[in-house]
Amino acid sequence: MSENALKVTFSPKLTPVRPSAVETVSSDYTRADRLAVWKARWGINRMAYRVKPGLYALGSPAADSPVFASANYKLSFDALRTNLNGLNAWLLVLDTKGINVWCAAGKGTFGTLELARVISETGLEKKVSHRNIILPQLGAPGVSAHKVKARTGFSVVYGPVRAEDLPEYLRLGRATPEMRRVRFDFSDRMILAPVQLVNFGRYMLPAAALLYLLGFRADAAYTAGALFAGGALVPALLPWLPGRSFAVKGAAAGLLVAALIALARQQSAVQFAARALIYASAASFIGLDFTGASTYTSLSGVKKEMRLAMPAQALALATGLAMLAAKGFLL
Amino acid sequence: MKMEYLRGVSTLKLDAAKCIGCGMCAAVCPHAVFRIEGRKAAITDADLCMECGACAENCPAQAITVKKGVGCAQAVRMGFLKGTEPDCGCGDGSSCC
Ligand code: SF4
Ligand code: SF4
Repeated sequence: MSENALKVTFSPKLTPVRPSAVETVSSDYTRADRLAVWKARWGINRMAYRVKPGLYALGSPAADSPVFASANYKLSFDALRTNLNGLNAWLLVLDTKGINVWCAAGKGTFGTLELARVISETGLEKKVSHRNIILPQLGAPGVSAHKVKARTGFSVVYGPVRAEDLPEYLRLGRATPEMRRVRFDFSDRMILAPVQLVNFGRYMLPAAALLYLLGFRADAAYTAGALFAGGALVPALLPWLPGRSFAVKGAAAGLLVAALIALARQQSAVQFAARALIYASAASFIGLDFTGASTYTSLSGVKKEMRLAMPAQALALATGLAMLAAKGFLL
Repeated sequence: MKMEYLRGVSTLKLDAAKCIGCGMCAAVCPHAVFRIEGRKAAITDADLCMECGACAENCPAQAITVKKGVGCAQAVRMGFLKGTEPDCGCGDGSSCC
């Protein structure tokens, strides 16, 4: 088997792993960890949350203790170690450039080659007597279990999607169908909303402030409203917004908010129609970007919807602006 | 919530003749697209597939093909602008996924 392991090519860009240095970690979840999660969600210094790749000892593992693989994103690693509370285990951290398991598996950095590399560089086969590694199921798009076996002699076992199911998984000795499915519940969606709000708020909040200062107060409200509709209402109301297309869902949320603002500001029908076109298309654009956060949209689907949505959004925007221009701009 | 995206777009294909019934596809799929019946894999509802590629990657018999990709509008835009495959660019400093 060690001959096979030697065939793995090492990319010089990946962090080297020293077999001697097995660090010990605890399964405690501290206030500092909680703060780190919050900051990472809001995109504050997100890339600082990297864990050094390599082999870690949780508790005092022996040769027959289980091995769990993780990405070197702090949130992924923390989810793993804290859910293994009370267990003695080996934690094998892959160099995924600080990206979570799911995204890294999509890119292939949480992948067959990298797994084979850390297995070989950490000297795992001398540390444990068995040949099993438990991977998070969401690592499967990057890892080919049978190829890992052929290269390293280790069998990949896919654990549950969510680290919080690990205790139950270990107790049962298998994953239930429920543990194998990704979810996209309200809380899952709202965790991802800040990223969208930060991404678009960066441009739209200064734009709203500028409009306000220039005296276009209604448009300042519409701009902030479009951001709220696409960035917060789409995630919050996703199952209830009409259609399967995220662009349509975004447009619907945008229309709703624009209508509420128009009512509050007692705008005329023409003024409202023009604004509805402009700001619903903006909300639609933001809503479409939420496909990136969702756990069930396919590339083929997104491409199809973009082919239809992008021209429609551009047309709505142009029509709205033309209407405003024809009415002598912002009556 | 019910997680069905656009209908009839998934590129997922299963060649049942090659399948050896190992069950890997059913184990790795996060949307329960596969069912094993009579020692063969079967697709339950291809519209549930998000094209993550896990099943094809882990099928030892190469019975599954799917065009793997990220269903992310930002990635498609970036790929279009850079003239590459869709790339979510969650590499350095950006915050998608
Ligand atoms: S590509 Fe992913 S979602 Fe689609 S069937 Fe395969 S494992 Fe399931
Ligand atoms: S992974 Fe491949 S061989 Fe195994 S059950 Fe699925 S289709 Fe059949």
